[in-house]
Amino acid sequence: MSNIPAELRYAKSHEWVRLEHDGTAYVGISEHAQDAMGDLVYVELPEVGQTVAVADETGVVESVKAASDIYAPVSGEIIAVNEALNDTPELVNQDCYGDGWLYQIKLADKADLDGLLSAEDYAAQLEEDA
Amino acid sequence: MNREAQLIFEVSKAGRRAYSQAPKPVADDKLNDLPAALRRQSKPLLPEVSELQVVRHYTNLSSKNFAIDKQFYPLGSCTMKYNPRGANRAAMLPGFLKRHPLAPESHSQGYLACLFELQEFLKEVTGMKGVSLTPMAGAQGEFAGVAMIRAYHEARNDHERTEILVPEAAHGTNPATAVMCGYKVREVPVNDDGDVDLEALKAACGPQTAGLMMTNPSTCGVFERQVEAIAKAVHEAGGLLYYDGANLNAILGKVRPGDMGFDVIHMNLHKTFATPHGGGGPGAGPVGVSERLKPFLPTPIVGQDGDSYRWLTDADLPQTIGHLSAFMGNAGVLLRAYYYARALGREGMLRVGEYSSLAANYMLKRLQQVGYTAAYPDRRASHEFILTLAKEAKAFDVSAMDVAKRLLDYNQHAPTTYFPLLVPECLLIEPTETETKEALDEFIDAMARILEEARENPELVKGAPYSQPVRRLDDVRAARELNLVFRPGASA
Repeated sequence: MSNIPAELRYAKSHEWVRLEHDGTAYVGISEHAQDAMGDLVYVELPEVGQTVAVADETGVVESVKAASDIYAPVSGEIIAVNEALNDTPELVNQDCYGDGWLYQIKLADKADLDGLLSAEDYAAQLEEDA
Repeated sequence: MNREAQLIFEVSKAGRRAYSQAPKPVADDKLNDLPAALRRQSKPLLPEVSELQVVRHYTNLSSKNFAIDKQFYPLGSCTMKYNPRGANRAAMLPGFLKRHPLAPESHSQGYLACLFELQEFLKEVTGMKGVSLTPMAGAQGEFAGVAMIRAYHEARNDHERTEILVPEAAHGTNPATAVMCGYKVREVPVNDDGDVDLEALKAACGPQTAGLMMTNPSTCGVFERQVEAIAKAVHEAGGLLYYDGANLNAILGKVRPGDMGFDVIHMNLHKTFATPHGGGGPGAGPVGVSERLKPFLPTPIVGQDGDSYRWLTDADLPQTIGHLSAFMGNAGVLLRAYYYARALGREGMLRVGEYSSLAANYMLKRLQQVGYTAAYPDRRASHEFILTLAKEAKAFDVSAMDVAKRLLDYNQHAPTTYFPLLVPECLLIEPTETETKEALDEFIDAMARILEEARENPELVKGAPYSQPVRRLDDVRAARELNLVFRPGASA
């Protein structure tokens, strides 16, 4: 069973969101997603300053098997991206919930979080998809 | 170092030449028209080798190829069928080979007649009303197709259409094409049987819909059964229907995209019409259109005036999306396709669809019998089918890629792996109509033995291939550390 930290929220499309105390949130992809992709060779990140709505495309993760769009799990303004991924996309494989984060977003509406899955619900979705 | 593994640059010795291929020396004063600043000051870095060295180098390299001329090549979605030698003979007639692309029409009537007839054959076999042969590859055909959709809407002052719908089971290039043409892509899900989710499609259609790009049979290896309902939904929303010809082989002569309601189609002659394929082409991706898109076809097209043929250009088609290349398509490829169409005739074309589907369904059943899992067990295959190795990956830690690599040791080219993306651990297998039953059986036997190996000795499968010039390549490193430029003295 893949690692699904209880304190995070999840999108059906396998992104995770971690809410910070300052009203911003970090976004990444789940362990299940990085495992299904295999070794990443390239990560395309959104632009800092870009405003996005829920489900907007906010980058691409590419492995030798596949390329997959990253969808914004919440709406808001991108305030930072993980530049380290430009040279070391493997961070997503090694530590998808930590050093492999993709971008930081300033939430436009905290209610967006209610539309996301809890760790328990996400685990149930993975179970169902399997 | 193994000499065969050397680059031709590494065997270079100053002063060696291959005289028969060397360009004629150019007198210095011939360059006077070029500004001095644009003339290179140093010689280009070209290998200096003898003719025999060139012949030996490339013959040795080519003998390492896995190729349709040497091995069964069941690369799904790619239709790697045999390229009949007669087509080469015809395309290499001196009258074709030595025709200058700027020669006047009066000197090119034979060539133009062949292309005109090819246009007519393609119209007939696809049910479309107009054809342009000019796109030089499948991707350019797709680009031309979606560019025509855009031109159509713009000509009607309909500027609100910003989206192209693409089902999950469409060919992988479709979303890229839509983006290249300035559209947003909206993905439409596919249900468990491989058909488009019709309700989701209807919900996605609206005044913003420019069109739908569809591959039918889809990359799930099944025929889309609701295609008429899909066409109706998209047309009612004011969108147009694009048919990706990647899988035309399955239905050639049987069902016509024009009759299914498609407005524009591209065909891959290098797949369906048996012209050489792989290694980067050259390909040919002609487009066919319904009546309402005819004014937008890319130029030039071959037209007929009484007994003679001529190029139709922008003057004849003022609304054309324009030229896609300097002249018109890849002449040699088009001539090979012309030969193929003439050789097959109407009845032969029907047999292409029938035999390619029969071969695929035979293999699917046999592979299920030996223990493999079909991705769509309730569906009949088109000319290709998908196995999913998710079960094997879990039970033996042997992936689809491991099985693909192990097939090389059995002298079988691997099928397409990990495509389409929506089926986990998949192999997409397309035998084509050109293989004998014995060849199909050899592949099935190899697959059966690999499954036994996966159960009994998974490490053996995971370490494959063993019989090839190189072992398992590090494809992650190859993608991360691109190193494509040779510099003398630099270590590889």
